[in-house]
Amino acid sequence: MMIPACRLADLPRGEAFRLDVDPPVSVFHTDDGEVFAIDDTCTHQDASLADGWLEGCEVECPLHASKFDLRTGSVDAPPAKLPVRTHEVLVEDGMIYVRVSTDAPNLPPCVAARLAGGPA
Amino acid sequence: MRTVAVVGASLAGLSAARSLRKQGYDGRLVVIGDEPHRPYDRPPLSKEFLAGDLGEADLVLETDGEDLRAEWLLGIRATGLDRTERAVRLADGREIRADGFVIATGAAARQLPGSDGLAGVHVLRTLDDARTLRDELARGGRLVVIGGGFIGAEVASTAHALGLDVTVVEAAPTPLAGPLGQAMGSIVSALHTDHGVRLLCGVGVKGLSGERKVDAVLLEDGRSIPADIVVVGVGARPCVEWLEGSGVALDDGVKCGADGRTSLAGVVAVGDCASWYDPRAGHHRRVEHWTGAQERPAAAVATLLAGGAVEPGVPRPPYFWSDQYGVKIQFAGHAAGADSVTVEEGAPDDRNVLAVYRRAGRPVAVLGMNQPRLFTRWRKQLAAATA
Ligand SMILES: Cc1cc2nc3c(=O)[nH]c(=O)nc-3n(C[C@H](O)[C@H](O)[C@H](O)COP(=O)(O)OP(=O)(O)OC[C@H]3O[C@@H](n4cnc5c(N)ncnc54)[C@H](O)[C@@H]3O)c2cc1C
Ligand code: FES
Repeated sequence: MMIPACRLADLPRGEAFRLDVDPPVSVFHTDDGEVFAIDDTCTHQDASLADGWLEGCEVECPLHASKFDLRTGSVDAPPAKLPVRTHEVLVEDGMIYVRVSTDAPNLPPCVAARLAGGPA
Repeated sequence: MRTVAVVGASLAGLSAARSLRKQGYDGRLVVIGDEPHRPYDRPPLSKEFLAGDLGEADLVLETDGEDLRAEWLLGIRATGLDRTERAVRLADGREIRADGFVIATGAAARQLPGSDGLAGVHVLRTLDDARTLRDELARGGRLVVIGGGFIGAEVASTAHALGLDVTVVEAAPTPLAGPLGQAMGSIVSALHTDHGVRLLCGVGVKGLSGERKVDAVLLEDGRSIPADIVVVGVGARPCVEWLEGSGVALDDGVKCGADGRTSLAGVVAVGDCASWYDPRAGHHRRVEHWTGAQERPAAAVATLLAGGAVEPGVPRPPYFWSDQYGVKIQFAGHAAGADSVTVEEGAPDDRNVLAVYRRAGRPVAVLGMNQPRLFTRWRKQLAAATA
């Protein structure tokens, strides 16, 4: 499914936009002008990667500093150990669209339990 | 370099071993640790693990299938470093000869003098400490936490959530005034009283009472606080006794340069045991934070492999987090030396703030309570401003 996220013009370089799907997805506009989409929730605990520290093609989790590669979703070092999903991005007529991956997300235990228990 | 010995098999030691392989070191790698466990994560010990929400398997720091091609000597203590033989001496009499050494022996919890052999009295540093304390907290009762620092506050918060009756005793007039300053220390420590945990400040502990098991904490002002369980959270001391006489300069930990080098060639130090030269502050500083133990080994290992011939980069300002009563607390930089603190966002009464510490108008530190997004922005700005 292609989901419209936001206008490219509204997302300055170095910024992130959180898409309120379940689980949430984040769109990053890098300093080099590339656009990537990954799962927003860190795989370690309940932190939003859109709040993180974006540098090059990596975002550092705002809580415990594991770094995720925006291109592959892979994580560099603990405490997070599992990658996040990456999603396909399309920019058309100045609008950013995201095709959400159909893979199972790697949600942290606390968030997975909450989702399994239905809406909090 | 043909053999590197890493002494200390926890976060900083593991991170150093990883950095060695990542930076192309292909020789023999020996990792020595006195705990019997593979490297595990300590922060959850006072939080999710103590609460029973995470198990031991969740604490493992290595990833599945990770192979650093290292020889792990676990459950064995290093007792000395012989500079002429270039060897680490082990408690069982063995010696490990090496060309390069990484000192990563961390810190150990300070005990309360005179509390030996009294049941119900705990410190919290290791997995074994945490297991014992978790089992005891599960039985409930009255808990007195001695020390209102981060570990003490986290234990109080976790125990309160478990339904225990909790009192925190702090000798200083304001808890956390050291790391956070007076104003913010009192805002963060007010989390205790917000939740009905008693906080007694400005009074020292004279001793403990009880026959075989503790039954009260005796205060210097004559009060006696009944207790079934006591947790002593009065800080940690660097584990460096084993280096005495080795020629490695010690000063509240292993004294080292901004690149991790020590006073001995071929020896670097990382993590909680290391007192790194901080070019921002202009003096040495021992920082007991997770992120430093994780990040700095890369620089120290580069120094070791290059024989000291690399220019150290300026490390990011120290950063730590804490979780208390459901509030995410984050701090970066150095509060000491700030001449002003302003709340830029949020309301102190709601325990939701982003506060910036400045010296002569320049930001030197930032504190966030439940403000991860803004905190990250400021943390970035701080690193840029002081680089
Ligand atoms: C309960 C708790 C909660 C924490 N929470 C947070 C938090 O929320 N945020 C944060 O930023 N930081 C936190 N920290 C701090 C963080 O865990 C430490 O900064 C980090 O563990 C330091 O890693 P290290 O490898 O330098 O030292 P350590 O983790 O102390 O490891 C040193 C290892 O060396 C071993 N050793 C010591 N002497 C010898 C010897 N002679 N021979 C062989 N081995 C030896 C020790 O047994 C130990 O296994 C917490 C710490 C504790 C204890
Ligand atoms: S929540 Fe992301 S690293 Fe811990």
